[in-house]
Amino acid sequence: MVPFLICFPLFVALLMYVIKVNKIRNIIAYISAAVVMVAVLIMSVLWVMDGCNAILLYYETEIVDKVILSVELLLMVIVVYLCFKYKKYIISLLTIIPTLLIAYVEIWGPKRDMINHIRIDYLSILMCIIIGIIGGLIIIYAVGYMHGYHHHHIEIEDRRNYFFMLLFIFLGAMFGFVLSSSLLWIDLFWETTSICSFLLIGYTRTDEAIQNSFRALWMNLLGGTALALGIVYQIYEMNNDSLQYLVGMGSWGFSSAVIPVALIAFAALTKSAQMPFSKWLLGAMVAPTPSSALLHSATMVKAGIYILFRLAPAMTNTVTGNMISFIGGFTFFVASLIAIAQSDGKKVLAFSTISNLGLMVACAGVGESETLWAGIFLMIFHAVSKSLLFQDIGATENAMHSRDIEDMHGLLYRLPRLGAFMFIGIAGMFLAPFGMLISKWSALKACVDDNNIVMVLLIVFGSATTMFYWTKWMAKLISATNEPKIKDITKKNELISLSIHAILMILLCISFPILSKVYVVPLLKEMYGSYVTVLSMSMLYTLVIIICFIFAIPSITFGYTRKLHENKKLAYMSGINEGDNSSFTDAFGEAKKLQMSNWYFKDFIGQRKLMIPSEIFATVLLIVMLSIILGGALL
Amino acid sequence: MTRIIPILIYLVLAPIIGGLLDGIDRKISARMQGRIGPPLLQPFYDVKKLLHKQKISVNKSQSFLILCFCITQIFTGCLFYAGSDILFCFFILSTGATFLVFASAITSSPYSTMGASRELFQMMVYEPAVLLACVGLYLATGTFNVNEMIQKHVSAVLFLPGFFVAYVFILTIKMRKSPFDFSTSHHPHQELVKGVTTEMGATNLAIYSITEWYENVFLLGVVGIFIVNENPLSYLFAVIVILAVCFLETLIDNTCARVKWNTMLKSTWLVTLLAAGVNLMVLMLGR
Repeated sequence: MVPFLICFPLFVALLMYVIKVNKIRNIIAYISAAVVMVAVLIMSVLWVMDGCNAILLYYETEIVDKVILSVELLLMVIVVYLCFKYKKYIISLLTIIPTLLIAYVEIWGPKRDMINHIRIDYLSILMCIIIGIIGGLIIIYAVGYMHGYHHHHIEIEDRRNYFFMLLFIFLGAMFGFVLSSSLLWIDLFWETTSICSFLLIGYTRTDEAIQNSFRALWMNLLGGTALALGIVYQIYEMNNDSLQYLVGMGSWGFSSAVIPVALIAFAALTKSAQMPFSKWLLGAMVAPTPSSALLHSATMVKAGIYILFRLAPAMTNTVTGNMISFIGGFTFFVASLIAIAQSDGKKVLAFSTISNLGLMVACAGVGESETLWAGIFLMIFHAVSKSLLFQDIGATENAMHSRDIEDMHGLLYRLPRLGAFMFIGIAGMFLAPFGMLISKWSALKACVDDNNIVMVLLIVFGSATTMFYWTKWMAKLISATNEPKIKDITKKNELISLSIHAILMILLCISFPILSKVYVVPLLKEMYGSYVTVLSMSMLYTLVIIICFIFAIPSITFGYTRKLHENKKLAYMSGINEGDNSSFTDAFGEAKKLQMSNWYFKDFIGQRKLMIPSEIFATVLLIVMLSIILGGALL
Repeated sequence: MTRIIPILIYLVLAPIIGGLLDGIDRKISARMQGRIGPPLLQPFYDVKKLLHKQKISVNKSQSFLILCFCITQIFTGCLFYAGSDILFCFFILSTGATFLVFASAITSSPYSTMGASRELFQMMVYEPAVLLACVGLYLATGTFNVNEMIQKHVSAVLFLPGFFVAYVFILTIKMRKSPFDFSTSHHPHQELVKGVTTEMGATNLAIYSITEWYENVFLLGVVGIFIVNENPLSYLFAVIVILAVCFLETLIDNTCARVKWNTMLKSTWLVTLLAAGVNLMVLMLGR
């Protein structure tokens, strides 16, 4: 099953590139996305029937190792070529050095112990499900979206075959990434996702896109370099490249594990776009929506989170753990502040992604089983709702040619379906008692128990700011309006993807206690050996009852208010209302259109004001902490 | 059973106590301003009259959202007086508060919308202090559970002076008192007219007022948690402290003019950080 999951998308990618006829390619894309989803489900079912034990595979892989090494070299050549083509010579060093280093160690380095290269366990199955389902749906959505996209943007060269190729390679690489247990393999898939994201961001080939794509490239390659250094160090110190082994050593407190853990964790920071590496994810906005959805929700950024979750037991109560949790918490707070000042919907989503990732990173950095519980739930909820929101914003933009939140006044009445999906997505993100809140709650409790003063303060302030920007967006959606309806031009396949997402979102909200009991708690038991619940089951069930109650109120009171006879009256405007609630009589006796805007505090907490200082702060902090860790371990 | 009785008591008594406190507040305010003031029961008369008025609204969905607001706020109080998890209570409370924001924003009326975004802003400002108060109570008593909190040997406030100060500070915002009566005002002749309540008429306004009473009783109950311990006498003392806090709020209300949003944000977060943050640090380092 495993080789199929990794190789099938790659094979389809090839097909995508070769087939030039749109219709045939689209059909193949649909079928393959469905096949991937089914394959993931079959694998999960097989694994569950096997008793949910960790399965270790591929003990002897000499030939595959060679293939992997040559692919890595090939990737290096591609990147170097592109760097030279666009005259970004320095960046090419970031791929040449680590790749050659890895190649050298693999061929001439010390003999490595035999290890299992693939490991299927709770965490990797969870990741596979997220990647498979969300990624598959995004591809289905992308087929319709890209059609409309090239219809509107005639100036951009139609390279859809190339686009879909990248999407599928991405999926394959992500499966490989989460299933591998050998760090050398992980490194290959890591580089593949970095390069895919780089190519996806540069898809439109505008100047801005190229610039942003190279920014994404160097940041991710920097992480890749740290990863390679960590691996090489581990091979020389421990004579193997097993991630499990490293984590085991780390959690037992062996000093030889300190440096690799710190370097890999640093690499994960770049991948999950934490401060000071946040800019690449913001730059990823220039790409067509499906790729931002893919980058932001299901795959790319989750790769960093995944590796941090794996390392979490090795980071408990260490300097590395402190560094990671502090950077994460700091990003959580600052990114949510900046999100308040954004009015572009996609930008709000981007900042909220960074902010939420920050919370997950912080959870992993604290490294207790309780915080990891919160982190895993955050990851699940975030994947579904962000994917939903991104696709929805893309569809909305296609319909009303704007993605500014100010233009979404009364969207629920103007584009009912898309408005409702957006509402569900946002509610799933933060509104009590839905998903996000439970995680925040549990993270807060765990940090208090852990005596982590800074984290407590950051979570407390960050959760306040998070609530602010989401709620004001929601309030905008439901505001009454007289504007006419907009023609909904959302394609059927886009709608299918959106509806499935929305249903998944609601199901998740209702079924999370069960999910926690049958899946997440065993997962943590597997990782830590034991798990103490932060929130008792009875509390979780109470929450679910409240959720149902909150879903029930609308229907009951809706019926009630429908029957209610109320006299409509006009809104008070401190002047004469023109009679339609949208304009008033001004001092010249003329009708003046009413304009209402949200609060943004652009001069107070805008991107320009906060971004650079916090980047500098985070960079300094990272350098200092890394020096302490590396110096402490080496001396 | 032991949990149902306090809930019933809360459901019946909270509006009465809340209304009375409101009446006392008006009376004292009037005296401070050199007026005689309305009768003590005036808030009840007001609500009674509102309930009998003709039903009018700008937007039908508003009634529904206000009902949601009302139900969630009452539910929070029930959870609290039934002795459940205090952090949980506040999370539900903030959900309820978002319903109020929606109820005002949905009308698309200018003053109401302005009130809504200000209300939202207020929520952001006071939330850290509220959450920190819960954290503080947990550190002092070792539990988030209200029932267990009140059975300790000594009052929590002895360990939590800073948290208490921060909580009382944000109580001014939560009870919509000047200088932080930011989202709604007592007098309609001001820049925001009546803020969130501008477009609430008749029944809706009545429900809103009753909800406020319930909410205030809950919030003051949290003040009580700081004081109460296993000694029955401490309940009496808690009542005295609560009344003192109420009087303090009235006094502040009558002596301060409304501030701008940035002053409110800065001062509140500063107090939260200095009082509650430092207290947190002391408690955590001392553990």
